[in-house]
Amino acid sequence: MHFTRRVRMLFGGMTGLVLAFLYLPLAIIVILSFNTVSSLSWPPKGFTLKWWQAAMHSTGARDALFVSLKTALGATVIALVLGLLAALAVHRFKFFGRESLNLMIVLPIALPGIVTGIALNAAFRQAGFELGLLSLIIAHATFCIVVLYNNILARFRRLSPNLEEASADLGAHTFQTFLYVTFPLLRTALLAGGLLAFGLSFDEIVVTTFTAGAGLETLPIWIFKNLSRGEQQPIVTVVATAVMLLSIIPVWIAQRLTSDDGPLTGGTR
Amino acid sequence: MTATTLPSGPGQSASRWLHRHPRARLVSLIGAPAAWMLVLYIGSLASLFLTSLYRLNEDGSGIERVVSAQNYRTLIDKSVYFDIAVRTVKIAAIVTLVDILLALPIAFFIAKVVGVRWRRLLVAAVLVPLWASYLVKAFSWRAIIGSPGGVLDKTFGASPNYGEVGLIIVLAYLWLPFMIVPIYSGLERLPNSLLDASSDLGAHFGFTFRKVVLPLLIPSIVAGSIFTFSLSLGDYIAVDLVGGKTQVIGSVVYDNFSADLPFAAAFAVVPVVVMVAYILGIRRTGALENL
Repeated sequence: MHFTRRVRMLFGGMTGLVLAFLYLPLAIIVILSFNTVSSLSWPPKGFTLKWWQAAMHSTGARDALFVSLKTALGATVIALVLGLLAALAVHRFKFFGRESLNLMIVLPIALPGIVTGIALNAAFRQAGFELGLLSLIIAHATFCIVVLYNNILARFRRLSPNLEEASADLGAHTFQTFLYVTFPLLRTALLAGGLLAFGLSFDEIVVTTFTAGAGLETLPIWIFKNLSRGEQQPIVTVVATAVMLLSIIPVWIAQRLTSDDGPLTGGTR
Repeated sequence: MTATTLPSGPGQSASRWLHRHPRARLVSLIGAPAAWMLVLYIGSLASLFLTSLYRLNEDGSGIERVVSAQNYRTLIDKSVYFDIAVRTVKIAAIVTLVDILLALPIAFFIAKVVGVRWRRLLVAAVLVPLWASYLVKAFSWRAIIGSPGGVLDKTFGASPNYGEVGLIIVLAYLWLPFMIVPIYSGLERLPNSLLDASSDLGAHFGFTFRKVVLPLLIPSIVAGSIFTFSLSLGDYIAVDLVGGKTQVIGSVVYDNFSADLPFAAAFAVVPVVVMVAYILGIRRTGALENL
């Protein structure tokens, strides 16, 4: 469609403003990570790399990073399996309770994190389940399922059912059809959804606060503790900058995966 | 030459069995996820609700398992809590509205105005802030809007400072990508031919946007609003960092969590009721499939 110059300028201008709004706080964090003064004061006084060096040797940050990675990986794997099963069921069958299942899967992300957090906390404690890495992974998986579920369902809606039928007609049994036909078609949706779930879990703090237990420190919890301790603030800005820069990679991958749909999954355009 | 035979083996026989028993096929797919959500999640919510009906014992040392509506009566009778609940819903609604207004132009620009190459770049540009730590972003805003001495104050000599306005700005900032993404995908699915048809029939751009684009985007906007509304409704960390003296549901729940769990649970039921009512209300728009 052709847009007049005025419309282009107007929307382009607004886009620029919104992007500036989105990046202003991030830019300030990056700048402050090189600031010589050890507080979040503005304007910065001078340039230094000492916080970056200090962050490299911060064992607290490294340990917390590993806990976060383990949690996000565990939650993503569980969510991948459960989300795929649920999406297959909802896509292929019309059954009693289909709507309720849909609602139930969406609920953990539609309810505020604090509700999910204290509900799971109360349940774990009542069941005598000790809070730790396992309870944390379970809690994270619960709100990650919806991401995979929705991504896979969206892919299913665009896939032609003829492909699976053709596979069956050619003599493949259910599992072969899944392995050789359905799965390859879903692969990019699984990866994109998985990356999103991973990111969601990696940055989560509210549910984490209530389900990790006292001894376990994820990266967001570590950041929270150290942001309130003045002398550690610059190291936190370094860690945040590093995570931000690294996140560009998965965002880019996820986006390539979802936008480069092959001819078989070609959408409406 | 080998004759073609029907494949056999465990996969084949299991597959045949499943084919003859569609109900077993359904159960094998749905069993694990349904059990997980039902036992773990709905069960937890139920136990939260049950806890909200209990109360602390006399000396406050433990929970007395006597069912009563006492906590809920406190919520309604004490105007402090009632006001806090109303204020929280109001803040969440304003944040959602601000996000819709900010997300529409940028999503439209990315999805419809620019070419493929720019589109990829801009989508990534919107997604990257989503991966930056929520805490660090909130903290950065603390350094920006603080007055005196914040970035805005030092640069322009004026700043909203910590308080309700600052909180709304920060929450709108934090959840904005969650609104842009569903609106963008909604626009991506919207065929360009509709826009062309509208303009061929003589409609100018503003008219097309209002009468063709917006109505078709309702499910996407509602999907985005579920995120922005619910995330604002439960937040207590950003409130603590930039909200000044502002009290919201999340902060009351968090403050009472260790001292008076039954009361915290009762107050936590409020956002659940609000969100479930909201979801049931918008279910017909098809927004849930757009999350």
